[in-house]
Amino acid sequence: MEITLKIWRQGSQESKKAKGAFETYKLNDIQEDMSFLEMLDVLNEKLLHEGFEPVAFSHDCREGICGSCGVVINGRAHGPLKGITTCQLHMRHLKKFTTLVIEPWRAKAFPVIKDLVVDRSAFDRILQAGGYISVNTGGVPDANSILIGKHIADEAFVAASCIGCGACVAACPNASANLFVSAKISHLALLPQGQPEKHHRVESILKAMDKEGFGNCSNAGACEYECPKGITLKNIAKLNREYFEAVFSASLEEHPTHAHHGKGDESMHVGH
Amino acid sequence: MSTLDSKIPQGSLTEKWKKQCFDYKLVNPANKRKFDIIVIGSGLAGSSSAASLAELGYNVTVFTHNDSPRRAHSIAAQGGINASKNYQNDNDNVHRLFYDTIKGGDFRAREANVYRLAEISEKIIDQCVAQGVPFAREYGGLLDNRSFGGAQVSRTFYAKGQTGQQLLLGAYGALNRQIQKKKVKVYSYHEMLDLVLVEGRAVGVVVRNLLNGEIKSYSAHAVIMASGGYSNIFYLSTNAKNCNATAIWRAYKKGAYFANPCFTQIHPTCIPASGSYQSKLTLMSESLRNDGRVWVPKQKKDPRKPSEIPDNERDYFLERKYPSFGNLVPRDVAARNIKEMCDEGYGVGKTGLAVYMDFQDALKRLGEEEVESRYGNLFEMYEMITGDDPYVTPMMIYPAAHYTMGGLWVDYNLMSNIEGLFVLGEANFSDHGANRLGASALMQGLADGYFVIPYSIGDYLSQMAKTSKSGFKKPPADSPEFKKAEKEIHESIEKLISRKGQKSPDEIHRELGVIMRDYVGMARNAVGLKKAINEIKSLKDEFADNLRVFQSGESLNESLEKAGRLSDFLELAELMAEDALQRNESCGGHFRTEYQTPEGEALRNDKKFSYVAAWEYTGPKKKPKLNMEKLTFTDIKPSTRSYK
Repeated sequence: MEITLKIWRQGSQESKKAKGAFETYKLNDIQEDMSFLEMLDVLNEKLLHEGFEPVAFSHDCREGICGSCGVVINGRAHGPLKGITTCQLHMRHLKKFTTLVIEPWRAKAFPVIKDLVVDRSAFDRILQAGGYISVNTGGVPDANSILIGKHIADEAFVAASCIGCGACVAACPNASANLFVSAKISHLALLPQGQPEKHHRVESILKAMDKEGFGNCSNAGACEYECPKGITLKNIAKLNREYFEAVFSASLEEHPTHAHHGKGDESMHVGH
Repeated sequence: MSTLDSKIPQGSLTEKWKKQCFDYKLVNPANKRKFDIIVIGSGLAGSSSAASLAELGYNVTVFTHNDSPRRAHSIAAQGGINASKNYQNDNDNVHRLFYDTIKGGDFRAREANVYRLAEISEKIIDQCVAQGVPFAREYGGLLDNRSFGGAQVSRTFYAKGQTGQQLLLGAYGALNRQIQKKKVKVYSYHEMLDLVLVEGRAVGVVVRNLLNGEIKSYSAHAVIMASGGYSNIFYLSTNAKNCNATAIWRAYKKGAYFANPCFTQIHPTCIPASGSYQSKLTLMSESLRNDGRVWVPKQKKDPRKPSEIPDNERDYFLERKYPSFGNLVPRDVAARNIKEMCDEGYGVGKTGLAVYMDFQDALKRLGEEEVESRYGNLFEMYEMITGDDPYVTPMMIYPAAHYTMGGLWVDYNLMSNIEGLFVLGEANFSDHGANRLGASALMQGLADGYFVIPYSIGDYLSQMAKTSKSGFKKPPADSPEFKKAEKEIHESIEKLISRKGQKSPDEIHRELGVIMRDYVGMARNAVGLKKAINEIKSLKDEFADNLRVFQSGESLNESLEKAGRLSDFLELAELMAEDALQRNESCGGHFRTEYQTPEGEALRNDKKFSYVAAWEYTGPKKKPKLNMEKLTFTDIKPSTRSYK
């Protein structure tokens, strides 16, 4: 295959400008069996040999689970196929294109680090605000003492299978992180283990999300369409329900030390 | 050769860990916050240990080369995690899990450690469920189990084919909670480049910020390395692209012993490389061999499509050689036989490094619907990667490196021979012997991190505070030892950048991978290993003279990262070959063609080789020294495996 690439270069020697710009490259000897990222490998080897700076892009497991990779290809997050990550895309799937326009995720909350690499640490900070069940190691009950129906467990699993790649944010016209957040809220709110902290969790996480500069959700649905793991809009509905429940029950409970740093006293946690 | 003290506690096997826990000195809760601990790596072992230690009150700093702790390669583990819960009432117990693991490891693991692992296994499942890990359930709400290779009971807990992901996200949650409480600080995009010792103790690390090239030192009272395995030495493996041996290798060069480096596991059923550009290999579940028949054409380089080759012109070589186990022989046996067929020229596909795995008989016998329900998602994944539909044409498979049993030597307390350096998970050598059973890697990583290190490190820290000159004080990160290490790193990076050769790190790494695959892979012999050592030496020279990286150290520069990691892989490769050469026996994943039974099975030599080979660095261009830890088996008598 012959292919023309228009790749976003930013913060690297080639573009010089901090603002970034597209650079055009031509590759002649691309095999259909190559993965998309292997095609970028080929480009980078070529650039290295010619004395130019290789294109920076994120990647690691190359089998669709680590969530590192992710670029916008011809306007589509993770490329034109549904239900896969960028690393799972192969060149035979892109035969109809002669030119590929490759961009990083575009969102205010995901600043570009270099070329196609963006900073997704906002996702980590959101989950730090409460994306967990507060249990210390040890002193927990026997695993089978907590009964969870199969359909609930399966639903929680699907929500928990989010890989944190950020395609939902990249696809959203508002750069909202609602699908990402809702996946974690759903996962934990579905399970009995997640009940004691559920009100605090949803409020704390949404506050953290707003702080990071993600946009609001307007139910466009692009996130669901581009999610490589099949996380659905149903989760956003659940997120909203959880949030309303938390707000309306706020007067009935107190939210003690949770969000305060450095006070690690577990006995202070109050359920409802 | 000196012998090593593994510090195994006295007493019967069943009492050792209990006794040791009681004997461990404790750190007073008010004193725990005076101790700083560094953790390298954020996978299962790293995240679980960092979170658990922070919960106890220690101050923890984690370094990961990934952009987030959640992306460590534990995330990709598919199958499951073993535990001797006996939830299925199939007569499982701690002793049986212990026995299966020791036998599966072909009697080259340390009995006391493996017993402890089996004991702890049950607590891990409890912990993960409490964290909200959505394991598979039965309709009544109880946990479901499945069976796995090497065991006759169903003891594997799983979350579809994404068990590693769910366990890691559980540990990542625990870690996040401690980050929020400011008890853990995570440095992402940071790579450890050196271990620093003061007065013989590990007291810190030097790291490089991958985003801006800054070299910086961090000091602590103890260092934990949980940096994973080194399968990427083969270039093509099932590991993530950034998995590397740099952390453990640099610790080795600071005096930590490297144990059993030649013990690697090759997984038989991976999607083969499709061309020279191949960047990694994807594992196809072992379960496919339940219904897939493995074959090659009887005629070499047969140009026909597989569907056009009649049955009598096919060689179902596993069924022919192993009539009773057939296609279900263990991983190492299957892998070795596939390689042999390809080496003899019977391989198929563009590269000749593949064999067919055919489902036509299963489709006839079971129907398409049933085959789809069993393997549908795997078939889809295969088609996505290769473009071939396994319902119509046979799959092609070839073995690939995917786990390394070898690693840094540790004693019973998971401390290396360097005081204050602890090694957890795949990075250490301790529990899997010469071969790891499926669903045991996740178990070990979490056992080490959640339940062993929190106790054993307390013992070390309380003793250290009493016995060392500095007491509770740690050396500052600008002490001369750190400055010296920083200077050396600057120089070595400068050297890499200044080379103006013709070959990229990937090109040299691919060549290394071919040497390792051909001579230090699934089947080895003395002639080949010596050849490998020579070829690795010349490749090292080529690396020194003809390397080309992009000449910038101040921003994200992957070619420079790759070059640094490759320089360590090149050195480790030589040690792997040396280790394989000294072990004149076959055991587990280490198959020396000179040592096999008349039936072609691994021939162990317990009299001479029932030991752990712990290699000691003696200086550049000097032969490493071999130290030994004798393995003794009190509860199990070593026996021979047979699969005919």
